[in-house]
Amino acid sequence: MSLGHSAASSPYLAHHFEDLEQQKTSAVLGMWLFLVTEIMFFGGLFAAYAVYRTLYPGPFHAGSHLLDVRLGGLNTGILIFSSFTMALAVHSAQLGKRRLLILFLTLTMTLGCAFFVVKGIEWHHKYVEHHIPGPNFHFDGMQDPKLVQLFFVLYFSMTGLHALHVLLGIGAMLWLVVLAMRKKFSKEWYTPVELVGLYWHFVDIVWIYLFPLLYLLGRH
Amino acid sequence: MNHVMPDHVVPLRVYLLVFIALIILTAITVQVAYIDLGLLNTPIAIIIASIKASLVVLYFMHVRYSEKLILLVVFVSIFTLILLFGFALSDYLTRYWIMLPIR
Repeated sequence: MSLGHSAASSPYLAHHFEDLEQQKTSAVLGMWLFLVTEIMFFGGLFAAYAVYRTLYPGPFHAGSHLLDVRLGGLNTGILIFSSFTMALAVHSAQLGKRRLLILFLTLTMTLGCAFFVVKGIEWHHKYVEHHIPGPNFHFDGMQDPKLVQLFFVLYFSMTGLHALHVLLGIGAMLWLVVLAMRKKFSKEWYTPVELVGLYWHFVDIVWIYLFPLLYLLGRH
Repeated sequence: MNHVMPDHVVPLRVYLLVFIALIILTAITVQVAYIDLGLLNTPIAIIIASIKASLVVLYFMHVRYSEKLILLVVFVSIFTLILLFGFALSDYLTRYWIMLPIR
């Protein structure tokens, strides 16, 4: 064990770590372990989707046809773009560019809000059209309405849980902006930016799977 | 363990290319969904989504430039997901008394 220069001098280094590198790796590892639990959290819903869709393909196709591909596609674009701006935010933090970091975080938050607005419009359509599962659910078609309703139960739980994550991500970025404005980050230490970035990219990945599975199935 | 490596700063060009690739792959997955490929539609959609997810994990999430330990955690998550899907589906798909309405 050598006494690195950073170990002696850095105010960011907690005493139980050998150096900043080790400290950061530990934080990133912890975040990834949290993401594994998130993957299994969403995984349960995806598994339920896989089972029910295998059993009832007809009603699932009918339900999927009631979703708006354009709005879903628009939201996919928005979220991918927000992942890109988030990557640029982390990049700015690495280079110690505070103003750019704040700019890209604000941009990412704005895109997150835009995603939420589009999602709200979609949910509102579903409400007006009586496609929300429950006593007011209504479906005219060849398929059993109960099974189409099952599709919508999964649609609302999956997109709802995802939207909750988008909301939490926006909250976390707001906290990062406050920290950045107080000049808490430096080239040496920007771990929270990196971790929130990982979280945001994870939220993007969930949507990357949700979009084709919910909106695009049985379009042909 | 020696941790003297500086943080890897990914060039902006890489982020931009990944972003463009993600948008192109999204366009492809939408186009392919409108072509009738029989039972292949869903596997193709999942494969394209997985390519997109891999790009995000490797470049945006820096796993390509991270320690092998992080890569291990990523594989563990994929493995546990495969267990979840594998066991659930191997059960449901082999219940002969359920009429599987394959199209």
